[in-house]
Amino acid sequence: MAELNLVEAINRALDWEMAHDPSVVVLGEDVGVNGGVFRATVGLQERFGPERVLDTPLAETAIVGTAIGMAAQGLKPVAEIQFSGFIYPAMDHIWNHAGRLRNRTRGRLSCPLVVRSPCGAGIHAPEHHSESPEALFAHLPGVRVVIPSSPSRAYGLLLAAIRDPDPVIFLEPTRLYRLFKQEVADDGEALPLDVCFTLRAGTDVTLVSWGAMLNETQAAAEALAQEGVMAEVIDVATLKPLDMTTILESVARTGRCVIVHEATRTGGFGAEIAANLAEHGLYSLLAPVQRVTAWDVVVPLSRLEHQYMPSVERIVAAVRKTLEGA
Amino acid sequence: MNATGRKAKAGSGMSERPFTHQLLADMLRIRRMEEKCAELYGAQKIRGFLHLYIGEEACATGAMHALDADDNVVATYREHGHALLRGVPMDAIMAEMFGKAAGCSRGRGGSMHLFDVARRFYGGNAIVGGGLPLAVGLALADRMLGIRRLTACFFGEGAVAEGAFHEGMNLAALWRLPVLFLCENNLYAMGTALDRSESQTELCVKAASYKVPTLKVDGMDVLAVHEGTRRAAQQVRGEGGPFFVEFRTFRFRAHSMFDPELYRGKAEVEEWKKRGPIHSFSAQLKAAGELTEDGFLELDAEAEAEVAAAVAFAEAAPWEPVEDLLRDVTTPGAMR
Repeated sequence: MAELNLVEAINRALDWEMAHDPSVVVLGEDVGVNGGVFRATVGLQERFGPERVLDTPLAETAIVGTAIGMAAQGLKPVAEIQFSGFIYPAMDHIWNHAGRLRNRTRGRLSCPLVVRSPCGAGIHAPEHHSESPEALFAHLPGVRVVIPSSPSRAYGLLLAAIRDPDPVIFLEPTRLYRLFKQEVADDGEALPLDVCFTLRAGTDVTLVSWGAMLNETQAAAEALAQEGVMAEVIDVATLKPLDMTTILESVARTGRCVIVHEATRTGGFGAEIAANLAEHGLYSLLAPVQRVTAWDVVVPLSRLEHQYMPSVERIVAAVRKTLEGA
Repeated sequence: MNATGRKAKAGSGMSERPFTHQLLADMLRIRRMEEKCAELYGAQKIRGFLHLYIGEEACATGAMHALDADDNVVATYREHGHALLRGVPMDAIMAEMFGKAAGCSRGRGGSMHLFDVARRFYGGNAIVGGGLPLAVGLALADRMLGIRRLTACFFGEGAVAEGAFHEGMNLAALWRLPVLFLCENNLYAMGTALDRSESQTELCVKAASYKVPTLKVDGMDVLAVHEGTRRAAQQVRGEGGPFFVEFRTFRFRAHSMFDPELYRGKAEVEEWKKRGPIHSFSAQLKAAGELTEDGFLELDAEAEAEVAAAVAFAEAAPWEPVEDLLRDVTTPGAMR
């Protein structure tokens, strides 16, 4: 097993799948000769050639639109959008075509497309380079949304995303790309795309998060443990389809839930989880569900970005609130 | 009567007909089908939106006859005629118009989203310009898979204002992909005249700026459309790169069924109608002694009969069961 950081794990997964499935194609801005702005595709063009690792113009509409046409012919394109803020010109094709090919043809065509994009703040980059647009995609029928939170999950989930017959939006937390390393087997084993992962068992409160925020969420759980509050930590990983079973089962035991996400608050994906808890888990709850999110503002430049993102302190405070009156 | 059975019958009749008569017959099939659609829209049998191709039939007819059966075709929301001439049975088209499960998109696409995967007809598309990058991707996949065929992409002149046109045109030329771009320039993008929306009204100049070879064709003349498309397709197949053909044409009816047509005068429409593709071509054939009035009426009656049968098929076809509402969003059982 190799010790890999998250971006290396992404690279290994792409390499594995391209080596084992000739229908996998990588395309995007600077993904070939340059190996990608974050080096996620480094070495792929050398190994698999410029026919399968295509440097495109800076034309996001065409990158995704072309990839959809390739997917309709049975290829498995993995398109890279360099930063999540650049994904909006491609929204037309993701929204209007990728998620609908199957429905339009009633199953005679599917769209085995993966759109990879870095996401999230914490790298001192201005607005378009730091956004968390996952809720936009989760709103869209026919599209899956996946956000890994560790190298091993990035590896297994990306393999699953490429093998999945439907379009997957695969958002990679930029802040985690090189934050830590982990043993990754690089054995081609995929992870399931329809389950949450319980990262830490606990009895007093359920912390639900995804992506880079699991870093702060797990630190909060650790801090709470020092005070004797045992938090369960769930990594949602796949936002759509959402595995509410795992979350509801946990909340049935803990009676409390705090949802943590880096995206802005209004209409964020935390609201969807909270609504599900209200519909299906209300009688398990001992306290109102809390959301810890970014503020409803554009991601600020570096001096303020840590005020923008949820902190360990805010998460701990939200947990304390659920414990009040217990 | 099922759709497949009648198609075979119609197909066997086609082969004995002179080519010019087949072109005329196909224009009549589109015309009569759409006239019936307009009537059924009024009767609320067809709901939603309906964009008629009446006046532009020479474009789809001439172009489709210049393509191979194996080519990919991408179309727009004004695609009833394109689907029909691609071989989608009129029964299946009419049932789709009604939203019936027997429709070519199983009743979910409607007028604007006719699809037929088996015939490599990749759909009507309500997004103007949306088909261009898709066509580029289809062609790129063919090249990667080692399949020699071209992708014909129909779009209106309104699409040239969209970024997707420019991105698609550039990629097709840059990567020398076998895409035949077929621009049906009917002079009005919905209600906006070409010179009110484009600084450069010579559309071939736009395509040529991407080093795509171009050809401008009279879109009211079915033989000219056929010959132009044939030559362009030949070049695409031979040299591999894209080609752009502009058909100058005109739609006789409104943009959609809810269009007051304040943007153009009746006189202009009447002037274009004099050059209507069906009557001008039949007059040409008659003058050459290649067609009699009886011969014309026979083709027309055949088209009317096909339309009547298609309407009967659509009327009798069952609705999609409500239980199927949630099907075909994502692939069942494919999440691991």
